[in-house]
Amino acid sequence: MSDIVIKTENITRILTGEVPVTLVADAGLEIRRGEFVVITGPSGSGKSSLLYLLGLLDTPSSGTIWMNGENVSTYSEDRLAKLRLADVGFVFQFHFLLPEFSALENVMLPMQRLGGLPDTQVRTRAASLLTDLGIEKQQHKLPHQLSGGQSQRVAIARAMANNPQLILADEPTGNLDSASSENVENILKDLAHEYNRAVAVVTHETRIASAADRVITIVDGRIHV
Amino acid sequence: MRLLAHIAFKHLLARRRQSLVSLLGIILGVSFFLTISSLMQGSEKEFIRVLIDNMPHIFITDTYRNPSLQPVEQFYGRSGAIEVRSVKPLTETRGIRGFEQIVDYLRSIPGINASPVLSGQGVLSFAGKNIGIVLDGMIPEDIKDVVTIQDYMISGSLSDLIANPSGIILGKELLRTFSLKRGDNITVTAPTGQIRTFKILGVFNTGRAEYDLNHGFVSLKRMQALMDRPHRANTIIVKLSDPYRARAIAADLESRIGYKSISWQESSEDLMSTLAIRNIIMYSVVSSVLIVAAFGIYNVISTVVMEKHRDIAILKSMGFLARDIQRIFVIQGFILGITGSLLGLPLGSALMYAIMQIEFKPPGSTEPIVMPLDWGWMQFAIATGFALSAALIAAFLPARKGARVQPVDILRGGI
Repeated sequence: MSDIVIKTENITRILTGEVPVTLVADAGLEIRRGEFVVITGPSGSGKSSLLYLLGLLDTPSSGTIWMNGENVSTYSEDRLAKLRLADVGFVFQFHFLLPEFSALENVMLPMQRLGGLPDTQVRTRAASLLTDLGIEKQQHKLPHQLSGGQSQRVAIARAMANNPQLILADEPTGNLDSASSENVENILKDLAHEYNRAVAVVTHETRIASAADRVITIVDGRIHV
Repeated sequence: MRLLAHIAFKHLLARRRQSLVSLLGIILGVSFFLTISSLMQGSEKEFIRVLIDNMPHIFITDTYRNPSLQPVEQFYGRSGAIEVRSVKPLTETRGIRGFEQIVDYLRSIPGINASPVLSGQGVLSFAGKNIGIVLDGMIPEDIKDVVTIQDYMISGSLSDLIANPSGIILGKELLRTFSLKRGDNITVTAPTGQIRTFKILGVFNTGRAEYDLNHGFVSLKRMQALMDRPHRANTIIVKLSDPYRARAIAADLESRIGYKSISWQESSEDLMSTLAIRNIIMYSVVSSVLIVAAFGIYNVISTVVMEKHRDIAILKSMGFLARDIQRIFVIQGFILGITGSLLGLPLGSALMYAIMQIEFKPPGSTEPIVMPLDWGWMQFAIATGFALSAALIAAFLPARKGARVQPVDILRGGI
């Protein structure tokens, strides 16, 4: 089995409208298992758009996306959603936890949607993920009762819930103080190196970029190697 | 589905106050719907019951629905070159000819009971006071099987007319107005000029003041003598074991015996259409309560959808399907609808019970009556079904909008 988790071939994303806007142009890249990739570039360069394409949240206007060796560009919305559920985990700049659910429940959600595990096991696994990330004491708290760093760790735990092969993070430290930022950065790095996940992080922060296995720079929607 | 229901429930709990207001709308809507529909159905049933009980199911009168054809018309038909002018029908004594045979024939049919009546006007005189009344001459042994007057007797009995053919049964109102009492003698003058003295043998009280003042019952023989119409009856009253077959049976009888046979449905057609119109109006009014409540649900769920755009984007990015999102919001409508119904039904039942305790005396009635209610599983099912449908439709529209949210649009906006 190939180590390549996700691969794009000449993908372009154009926002149609009165004045069409090219978000991503002719991008080709691949991310392997155990690789910690940083996507960087100036604001509005198309980093997040590329990340959404990699995470199958958006579909390219042209080009092909391969996931685990399968061409997923032609998949229906439902099929892509199922793929995201099982194989992709997202972490966003703002933690985006569901406010009515406790930290534990937020982590349980993707597992419950995927199904296949009894509730007790789902709960145990969610608690274990929170313990691994050092926030087991906060598991019953609601998102508004957590600090920024704690919330982001809950978001990471949620992204890991279904044991996905690909973890994508969009400015995960953009809203954190430096200590929390370093902590989150280390967790993401560990996910790649210790848990053998493919991790792609969009960031402005040079410190994270310096820790990456590979840095992809994007300017005006085009990848500069 | 359990997970989606859990999320839906959490959303509603997060907006407790608005959810509660919507719920209250459904609860009140269901309870009003239940109460009013039971009241409507009860009053309609009671009305028809009274109608059926107090009036003959079929009247056979001494008239014809269509004028009888002249011999020349029978032979040549109505169209053609022949015109007959100044035709005068034969003069004959009014009444149903051979009514005894007709009554015997009717009684031979299972489920049908019949009794002849000769009705006419008379002027009752007592102590210098006069009043016009309608007199029904009947056979006391038979009449009890076709009319309910015996049930309203407060003194004496129709059977007393058997022992004393010169007796009369009068209404309570008439006795009160004329300061009469049972055992008193009164005189009745017929349009023929005949005058007879009758002894009051019984008193009835139907509760309908007009009827109790203007009606009297005497024996058929005495009435025939008074009206100078021997061996005649002008009405045959028919009672059926299944009153709702009256229309069909009346048509059949008319075709067999020729005399105009009027079913209770035909004679009350205007009332029945009034009832139908009344029902439409009342159901529209009550349904509008639920429709307003549905707007409340629409409002709450629309607001939740708008507020939850970011959460929808997150759920979709996690891998929730568009139909999952739609279901979450439809379930919210379902929760509000079913909870509203479950709480509205007992409240409606309590309201109905309270209304059933109310006694009042409507104008024209001499006895207090209670509000007639008719409740059954059908009303409960209709109220629940209507509330649930209204709630689901109200939830479906914003739910569909929620399902169409594109996560990328929301995430790009950084909401």
